[in-house]
Amino acid sequence: MVFKIGRSSAASLLLAVIAASPAAAQDKIKIGAIYPLSGNAASAGNSSKAAIELAAEIINGAYPDLKALPLAETAGLPNLKGAKIEVVFADNQGTPAAGQNQALRLISEEKVVALIGAYQSGITVTASAMAEKYGIPFLTPESVAADLTERGFKWFFRSTPVASDFARSYSQLIREQKTAGRKVENIAIVNENTEYGNSVSKVIKDVFAKDGIAITQQIAYSANTTDVQPQVLQLKEKNPDVVIFISYTSDAILYAKTMKDLNWKPAILIADDAGFNDPSFVKTSGSLVEGLISRSAFAPGKPGSVSAIIYDMYKKKTDNDLDDASARAMQGLLILADAINRAGSTEPAKIQAALKATDLKAEQLVVGYNGVKFDEKGQNVLGSSLITQMTAGKYVPVWPKDKATNEMVLPYKGW
Amino acid sequence: MSTLLQVIVSGLLLGAVYALFSSGLTLIWGMMNVVNFAHGEFVMLAMYVAFMVFTSLGGGPAVAMPIAAMVLASLGVACYFLLVRHIMKGPMLAQILGTFGLALFLRYSAFWYFGSDFRTLPDTILGPPFIIGDLRIDASRLLAGVVALLVTLGLHLILTRTSLGSRMLAVSEDATAAQLMGIRPEHMQAAAWALAAGATGIAGALIAMFFYTSPTVGETLAIIAFVTVSLGGFGSVPGALVAGLLIGLVESLSAYLIGPVYKDVIVYILFVLVLWVRPQGLMGKM
Repeated sequence: MVFKIGRSSAASLLLAVIAASPAAAQDKIKIGAIYPLSGNAASAGNSSKAAIELAAEIINGAYPDLKALPLAETAGLPNLKGAKIEVVFADNQGTPAAGQNQALRLISEEKVVALIGAYQSGITVTASAMAEKYGIPFLTPESVAADLTERGFKWFFRSTPVASDFARSYSQLIREQKTAGRKVENIAIVNENTEYGNSVSKVIKDVFAKDGIAITQQIAYSANTTDVQPQVLQLKEKNPDVVIFISYTSDAILYAKTMKDLNWKPAILIADDAGFNDPSFVKTSGSLVEGLISRSAFAPGKPGSVSAIIYDMYKKKTDNDLDDASARAMQGLLILADAINRAGSTEPAKIQAALKATDLKAEQLVVGYNGVKFDEKGQNVLGSSLITQMTAGKYVPVWPKDKATNEMVLPYKGW
Repeated sequence: MSTLLQVIVSGLLLGAVYALFSSGLTLIWGMMNVVNFAHGEFVMLAMYVAFMVFTSLGGGPAVAMPIAAMVLASLGVACYFLLVRHIMKGPMLAQILGTFGLALFLRYSAFWYFGSDFRTLPDTILGPPFIIGDLRIDASRLLAGVVALLVTLGLHLILTRTSLGSRMLAVSEDATAAQLMGIRPEHMQAAAWALAAGATGIAGALIAMFFYTSPTVGETLAIIAFVTVSLGGFGSVPGALVAGLLIGLVESLSAYLIGPVYKDVIVYILFVLVLWVRPQGLMGKM
């Protein structure tokens, strides 16, 4: 009996699918999303995936309480007869080659109209090159390597603020501390040595040099390592006042543990987002890095605000806090969908033109940028970041003053 | 100077851990001429067992080690009877792809069941580090180092001093002749898998105390295990110990003195040089 019901309902479902499919094909707009769903950055990638899914739900459903966000109040894209967004996810496996192959597959087989991704800067390089070749818009909401927008690409857009923006914030913060009488003479950079770590460390060095701050020690290492004790011992030997980490998640966890094991900490510890902001880092190692300074484009605001509502929705969906990288990924899809809606078409060239004309205001965003407006290289010129500090197992905004909820507490406490 | 001493001690302890999780791999090779590409995933599963023992029973390594050893030994036997026994009849390539497939199966099952989050055990699980002068030794790493020596010694004694060991060696040298002597090859091979996977279980439970646990951690660790085993000599348990200590020491010293990005280059140069002179590895037989 049960079997019979199962069969007949399956059959009717199949019929329904067949009947609905021609219409469905028109109503769905496919966007490809390339993220590290396996490999060492998988936890960050899956958090971003959940955030992008939430963004798609907000676009496709009707959410009157989020009406400040474009497309939230109405179901689907109004200029395309209420068409829904379908996000097709692909796993970049943490390698540039896989990222490139997945981009090609999404474009040629899934026929996506735009791409978003790909978390690691080194993978965004290869994946976006495919999009450029085939004339499909590619938006990276999180990859910050400087060179990405220097390639003369016409189909590439970046909504996140870039390394030079953060570097200026770090520099200003260090100079403020110096004025306040803190010793900040010796500064070390510890960076993983792929595209992300290398380019960000270079930008920090350049920006700091202009501001008259010298980097006294630099340690490059490979992120996929089994041991970071030598690096921490190198730091311990030179004993710098400020250390800036540029790391992914697995190495960030090892640094937090090893610094405690070897009992060494600087007066100011700065981590450039990424691994140190991964929710699973905060969960496993937050208590070992009290007072760590990081950056974030996202902070849940006052109850009832758009960011607070989104924060709650994400928490309900995943049981995790909405972290910075995931919030930026979510913002990325909202920007793409807004452009597709304004284009009123799924033709890549029209979407590209609409992206170029993007002009979102600060209050229309989930993250704390000053707005979204792309320059001729595809870089968002209104991106900005908050400086956050690890306080009782959570990052809270501490700088700039007008967006801070807490006072910055120094020196770094650690464990 | 005191920092250099710390680098050397840390390197040796790290090397002991490398030796510990490599002994299971070398044992399988020595007993059956099969390379177990799922070895890293065995370590990963043992780490999750330790993690679950801690979260559900609140037990530390004393509870986690025997449980992980038993769970992994059972898994090893199951893998032998369900997969390895069959693929051993096939060509070499089938064996390689068979255990490689097993690795992917276990890794992605872990993704599905545990999720991609990183987990760690509280770092206070074994209490504060030992402090001798300026030297600091993390208790969980010290325990791992000591157990590495004991496990290596234990496996070596089982293989060389017990009748089980002699029977396993007999099967590995000539299965047909052993069978004529009344030894059942399948039983001995299953025992080898149980022993190797059990040792791997102990290794994983100890590594979980100071390392992060994630579904892909096996990938990171397996590369080291393969280097350790081929440097020490495939099939040689004491060889894995010597090679593990050597790699740990060279890694630490080169990372500290020259730079962390160069440590792999130096380890692999050493590896190639040793194999050039001794292709059978440091303590392997031709």
